[in-house]
Amino acid sequence: MRALILVGGYGTRLRPLTLSRPKPLVEFANKPILLHQIEALVEAGVTEVILAVSYRAEQMEEELTAEATKLGISIVFSHETEPLGTAGPIALAKNILQKSAKPFFVLNSDIICDFPFKELAAFHNSHGKEGTIVVTKVEEPSKYGVVVYDDGNCIESFVEKPQEFISNKINAGLYILNPSILNRIELRPTSIEKEVFPGMASDKELYAFELQGFWMDVGQPKDFLTGMCLYLKHLRSQNSEKLYKGPGVVGNVLVHPSAKIGSNCQIGPNVTIGPGVVIEDGVCIKRCTILRDATIKSNTWMESCIVGWKCSVGRWVRMEGTTVLGEDVIVKDETYINGGQVLPHKNIANSVPEPQIIM
Amino acid sequence: MLKAVILIGGPQKGTRFRPLSLDIPKPLFPVAGLPLIQHHIEACVALKDLKEILLIGFYPVAQIQQFINELQQVYNITIKYLQEFTSLGTAGGLYHFRDQIRCGNPDAFFVMNGDVCADFPLSDMYVFHKKHSDKSMVSIMGTEATRQQSLHYGCMVINKNTSEVTHYVEKPSSYVSTLINCGVYVFSLSIFQTIGEIFNAKQMEHYKNGNGNKEAGHIQLEQEILAPLAGTGKICALQVNHWWSQLKTAGSAIYANRHYLELYRTNHPERLTNPQGAGDISKFNCTIYPDVHIHPSAVIHPTAVLGPNVSIGQGVTIKSGVRIRESIILQDATIEEHSLVLHSIIGRGSHVGRWARVEGTPSDPDPNKPFAKMENPPLFNNDGRLNPSITILGCSVSVPSETILLNSIVLPNKELSRSIKNEIIL
Repeated sequence: MRALILVGGYGTRLRPLTLSRPKPLVEFANKPILLHQIEALVEAGVTEVILAVSYRAEQMEEELTAEATKLGISIVFSHETEPLGTAGPIALAKNILQKSAKPFFVLNSDIICDFPFKELAAFHNSHGKEGTIVVTKVEEPSKYGVVVYDDGNCIESFVEKPQEFISNKINAGLYILNPSILNRIELRPTSIEKEVFPGMASDKELYAFELQGFWMDVGQPKDFLTGMCLYLKHLRSQNSEKLYKGPGVVGNVLVHPSAKIGSNCQIGPNVTIGPGVVIEDGVCIKRCTILRDATIKSNTWMESCIVGWKCSVGRWVRMEGTTVLGEDVIVKDETYINGGQVLPHKNIANSVPEPQIIM
Repeated sequence: MLKAVILIGGPQKGTRFRPLSLDIPKPLFPVAGLPLIQHHIEACVALKDLKEILLIGFYPVAQIQQFINELQQVYNITIKYLQEFTSLGTAGGLYHFRDQIRCGNPDAFFVMNGDVCADFPLSDMYVFHKKHSDKSMVSIMGTEATRQQSLHYGCMVINKNTSEVTHYVEKPSSYVSTLINCGVYVFSLSIFQTIGEIFNAKQMEHYKNGNGNKEAGHIQLEQEILAPLAGTGKICALQVNHWWSQLKTAGSAIYANRHYLELYRTNHPERLTNPQGAGDISKFNCTIYPDVHIHPSAVIHPTAVLGPNVSIGQGVTIKSGVRIRESIILQDATIEEHSLVLHSIIGRGSHVGRWARVEGTPSDPDPNKPFAKMENPPLFNNDGRLNPSITILGCSVSVPSETILLNSIVLPNKELSRSIKNEIIL
């Protein structure tokens, strides 16, 4: 089987992290976001993954090709010369996708969930129609476009930001489609949600598959952290031996074996600590992701932050409010950073008490 | 023989020093480990001929007496508290207690405002006073201020050759002189004749016009005595370059603390805590960045890092991994593990939880302006927002773990439950 992942552009919403590393390679719970998806796809029998990208990133191509070799699959980069939206890239990859008559998966690249690709494929085969959309339940559907379907899961319509309750299911950004869908898509910038799916729905060719468990679009820092909490909770229920058990740990915490944690620390709940990270004595960290080779010095407190690769956070620092440090940022001792977005290689000597971008 | 009078005011005065003055009279607020006016008293005690110190104010005796008893023991000198029945003004108080001051016929007496802090040059002032005392009866300690800031003080014009004050205006509305009155004086006993004339004139006025509620004995030294005497040859001013500051707002306490600690280097090195490995082996083996004063009864964890400019009071507990800089920690307060205290005053018996951050904004004089003094900005700016200031916890305030307290003032006996920024908590 094949899968097409819509990687798209520069990942500006996840800046400043994506200034140093393409978004698909930013580690979510100590693994590049894209690898969570690719591994789940491989598990479901996918052998060829097409990455639809609108820019060239040699670093990404190299790293992912190496991963592909390890997983025994092939990865094809499909380059858009102009951004083609969510449907155009499918048309662009027509030649590859039409090689077989088997259905293929399509994924938005920022999605984190317990990917149910096997069940999705089974459901899709059982109804025998052209496409299946994964839907997930949300609390406040009026913020999204909702999916309306009948008792047999056949989709009737899509309603953008409904004022009155009509459904609490939204498009989760994961699909399985038959190659025949290619007849519905032209090679131009197109939206699959707005221009392709409504037509399929009126032809009764589109079904909804209800996702169980957590789901999050982790394309921006705030949601990245929320998604991490959900992911670690899921890990607790499925695979709790992967979580860290050590002194001073509270709740669900993921620590890479090569990271070092000092004494008298309080780590957690909901913390991911990457490889080579050094946490000195007396540090308190809650709801944070600390990326590879960063150092957090003693007596520092942080909550709801993403600390970029190779950063150094000084002693007695307080960081909070979805602060994101880009790569190799140095935060001086005794400073306070609230909601700072700090670009790579900066040296922060003074406090940033109100949310601010630090160029 | 010499005497000294320290004017300490009363509970209605010094309200800008709240909340620190809510549970302790402002003159007894500890700066560099000693009650504010104990620094005055130490300066007086250093003069061999000075035999008696009189405190004049209108605080209830009970609030002052214990302090006086203790200090008489420590310095072996007579200290008396003379309580005014009401606020009599600086000269009114002196005149009311003139017999106490004249008693024993001292050669001269010092008068010191209780709310100034300085490296008091009392000996130099007395030498200066004697030199001019054939004609002059008042010697004023004067210092240079910036043109703009001089408007907040008593401004003096002097004859450079004779040191005579030729013109005196209290808080002028336009520029007069950058030489300001420091609120530290030497008087000859003949001053009482001058005050007496003013007193009698006011009494006559009072009985003639019977004007109501203003106390007839209320006489302001600056406006009613010094200003009229200017130009008569009866007042001289000694211009000095020693450190001097007023202590009006709570924010200036940290500035005063820094300078008194610095004076300890020469006067009382034993009151400073040595950094590790320097000098005598200290009882405290935590990391010290000078200058730091720690009361011997305090308990400090070896991993704590203190200074510069930190005073730690009696019975204070500082736990592991705590960092304190530019702050005063009052009696019996506790700072729990990993917390940070910057530019703040932690009230008596207050409790700061783990991984908390208590931080204020310093309001030191502009270091780039020569002779700049402490600015004492009002609490609120023109937009009605709190001006950033040092953070102050009144007594017995509790700060929860992992919170931040930024540029805020918390009144006594308050148990906080959240982070606070730029707020006054009643």
